[in-house]
Amino acid sequence: MPMTMEKARVTLPSDREVQVTRSFRAPRALVYRTYSEPDLVRRWLLGPPGWSMPVCEMDVRVGGRYTWRWRSNDGSEFGFTGIFREVEPASRVVHTQAYDPGTLGGGCPADDAIVTVLFTEEGAATTVTTLIDFGSKEARDAALSTGMTDGMEQSYQLLDRLIEGIQR
Amino acid sequence: MQQTTSSHLDQTFLALADPTRRAILARLALGEASVTELGEPFAMSQPAVSKHLKILARAGLVTVGQDAQRRPRRLVGRPLAEASAWLEQYRAIWEASYTRLDGLLAELQRRPERKPRRRRGCQ
Repeated sequence: MPMTMEKARVTLPSDREVQVTRSFRAPRALVYRTYSEPDLVRRWLLGPPGWSMPVCEMDVRVGGRYTWRWRSNDGSEFGFTGIFREVEPASRVVHTQAYDPGTLGGGCPADDAIVTVLFTEEGAATTVTTLIDFGSKEARDAALSTGMTDGMEQSYQLLDRLIEGIQR
Repeated sequence: MQQTTSSHLDQTFLALADPTRRAILARLALGEASVTELGEPFAMSQPAVSKHLKILARAGLVTVGQDAQRRPRRLVGRPLAEASAWLEQYRAIWEASYTRLDGLLAELQRRPERKPRRRRGCQ
């Protein structure tokens, strides 16, 4: 039996926010571990094929810092850093998120985004809801289009083909 | 994707950011309608409707139909498709990670559960 659930859903709850929702066939406590233990996080939070996560440091407690950095096969790098503001294990995590453009260049938003991650369990499934508040529409749209113009192009071309296939 | 596409998308999302404009698009999805007809459900003045229509037209979401008298407005679907394709690219990035997480969660559940280790940063 495949473990895959319904695919991720992306919505725009307001001008400055993006929300991503996805369910997993696993108990909430376990899903939370994959979100809060660096050794587990770096095994899945990799985006499109071709990227690795050479830096994944997380001090998951209120006031603790995290640093995430990704590297692609072609040597491009970018990352996120931030501070945990709320930590309710297996339930709710709120952290700031600053974009580190690395080699990708591009604008660095003036304000950090605020990311709220909720874990809810229903039956055998856990739903993770990630709400990202970018603080402004401009920052959100910039973030949504990050990588569409530069270093991640290769990965996106793969995705383009995939998406075309789906839409056909 | 080129800059031009991204500024088109700005226009599209600006146009979609307003509930009245989304309602107008939903109405036009059923078929073309005049400015007066479009204003009716919202108890809105003609100038107010026209203002919304102008933003929708700028985003390329609405055009004016053939009838010179009624000047009916008509929905154009392509910018909406582009906007959803754009979001789809973003979604696909998340989905790529989540598909990997499905696999990791399956693996962790196959193994006898180890005691959760003390969480620590590696700073």
